[in-house]
Amino acid sequence: MTFPAAVLSMAGLDELISTLAGDGYRVVGPTLRDQAIVLAELTSAGDLPAGWAVQTGPGTYRLKRRADSAVFCHSAGPQSWKQFLHPPDRKLWSADRDGFHPADDRQQPPFAFLGVRACDLAAIDTLAGVLGAGAWPDRSFRGRYRGLFVVAAGCTEPGGVCFCASMGTGPRPGPGYDLALTEQIDQAGHRFVVEAGTEAGAQVIARISHRAAGEAELIAARAAVDAAAAAMGRQMPAVDLAGLLAASRDSVSWEQVAERCLTCGNCTMVCPTCFCTTTRDSSGETGEHAERWQHWASCFELDFSYLHGGSVRSSGESRYRQWITHKLGTWHDQFGRSGCVGCGRCIAWCPVGIDITEEIATLVALREEGAGEAAGD
Amino acid sequence: MSNLPTLAVWKFASCDGCQLTLLDCEDELLSLAGQVRIAHFLEASSEVLAGPYDLSLVEGSISTPADTLRICEVREQSRLLVTIGACATSGGIQALRNYADFEEFRSAVYASPQYIESLATSTAIADHVRVDFELRGCPIDKHQLLELITAFLAGRRPEIPDTSVCTQCKRRGLTCVMVAHGTPCLGPVTHAGCGALCPAVDRGCYGCFGPMAGANLPALTRQLRQGGMSAREVDLVLRTFNVAAPGFAEHREDR
Repeated sequence: MTFPAAVLSMAGLDELISTLAGDGYRVVGPTLRDQAIVLAELTSAGDLPAGWAVQTGPGTYRLKRRADSAVFCHSAGPQSWKQFLHPPDRKLWSADRDGFHPADDRQQPPFAFLGVRACDLAAIDTLAGVLGAGAWPDRSFRGRYRGLFVVAAGCTEPGGVCFCASMGTGPRPGPGYDLALTEQIDQAGHRFVVEAGTEAGAQVIARISHRAAGEAELIAARAAVDAAAAAMGRQMPAVDLAGLLAASRDSVSWEQVAERCLTCGNCTMVCPTCFCTTTRDSSGETGEHAERWQHWASCFELDFSYLHGGSVRSSGESRYRQWITHKLGTWHDQFGRSGCVGCGRCIAWCPVGIDITEEIATLVALREEGAGEAAGD
Repeated sequence: MSNLPTLAVWKFASCDGCQLTLLDCEDELLSLAGQVRIAHFLEASSEVLAGPYDLSLVEGSISTPADTLRICEVREQSRLLVTIGACATSGGIQALRNYADFEEFRSAVYASPQYIESLATSTAIADHVRVDFELRGCPIDKHQLLELITAFLAGRRPEIPDTSVCTQCKRRGLTCVMVAHGTPCLGPVTHAGCGALCPAVDRGCYGCFGPMAGANLPALTRQLRQGGMSAREVDLVLRTFNVAAPGFAEHREDR
């Protein structure tokens, strides 16, 4: 089913936020904090980062002033929506002498995400496939995911570390949104062309100030987003990544990347699809109360592969190889898709700027070199 | 009462800050006092019970000839010996003297140096006796200390993950000060435990908790140099509370 496209003014966007909040949603979107555009709960459109853009590169992220007052013209920031759907720390249960009490987070109000770019929309879908599906879904995640209202934002200004176009996830937002906005600023003013993806989205638009979008306006908005595909700072080499990684187990490149890799785990924490967790138990001082908590874990931690007697992946080489092989290769075997959506966060937020696209290019070059040598033998 | 496990707290060369962390456990201290018999804790009480002790918390480094003997006595009297803090675990800030002329220091600092009986080095407790667990930090973290003691009481392993400060920083949802501000930060090579205190107030990590296992110092120091720090400045950020910690010490150019 398709719904007629609409146009919102800045005041209309503000109304969208207050309407969603009035419906009981916690509206989360981009806002300026700590010299970055972070995701946090919004109270009005005034919280959005008007007039700010970002400049990203390997290991670097800087705010940049814009000439206009655009609110969605910035690429991925330090966190992803994972922070909210799959929280970093979560109580699973507690126990007292009188019994066992599973944590109940079903009473939490649902989230409305505002400004979800195509890469992150694909990431939410990927997380849902990992955590919310299968024989043993994470019910806590599934509760948050099912209650979600998504307002996507068409990306018109990708950043220096972006490569969603080469991962097939963007820049045009794929399915999964209730509403998709495209921000436009020109002589005709500052406005948002809105397309509804669901009945729920269309109903929200019907309740706020808007006007119908003209055919030409809709085409222009879609074209602006599609044009972003050519403005990506990076691209993933177009090869069979799963095959490349499977054939590169003994590549010399692992040693080279391990020289730079801090094994700090930042890439996995900022990745919108890295989902691994660990659990920790605590027993109070008196031994009368115990709790089990789930925390984000990272395959770069030594503890992650700790089995009886030691860690299976003790070297940096083995840990980096594990991460990239799972993300781009074995994720396909496990979940039927890639674990990477091309948001570029792992490149920008790596303190030493290790670039996943460059590491793949290196593996491709080494394979070709190897093939060349074999042919010359 | 007499069946309670006994707890002893010992001080060597230190500032007392880590012992104070135990007293800082205000809300939990009273319930804890009902679970252990505090047998030796001079900062809290002048009452001293004779050993042996079930759990000894050792603060401070070995810095005098007398210390080298006393730590052996503490070890003999302790079923479990846990070091608390950077001094006990790596020699502390006073281990700066390990890399300087000790005689010159002694004569410059003291009016009558002939009365000062001190070793030329400040070293970790584990360099002298067997240590069952090391709790990091300058000072230690209250929550980690409570976790250590409650784990001891329950007879389980303490949950003190050996990961980078970054893992805690990111879980708190903080923005990386290194990537977003260009602020030098030791977080990627430092043992977690503080909860990313400094990045939370826009400062880089000072490495109070010492190196995490397998820390890649050369990669970080290269990045700090590229960010504009001189070799001397890089050495200085590694010359603090954990100056002698293996994992940090061998990566300074001035060692």
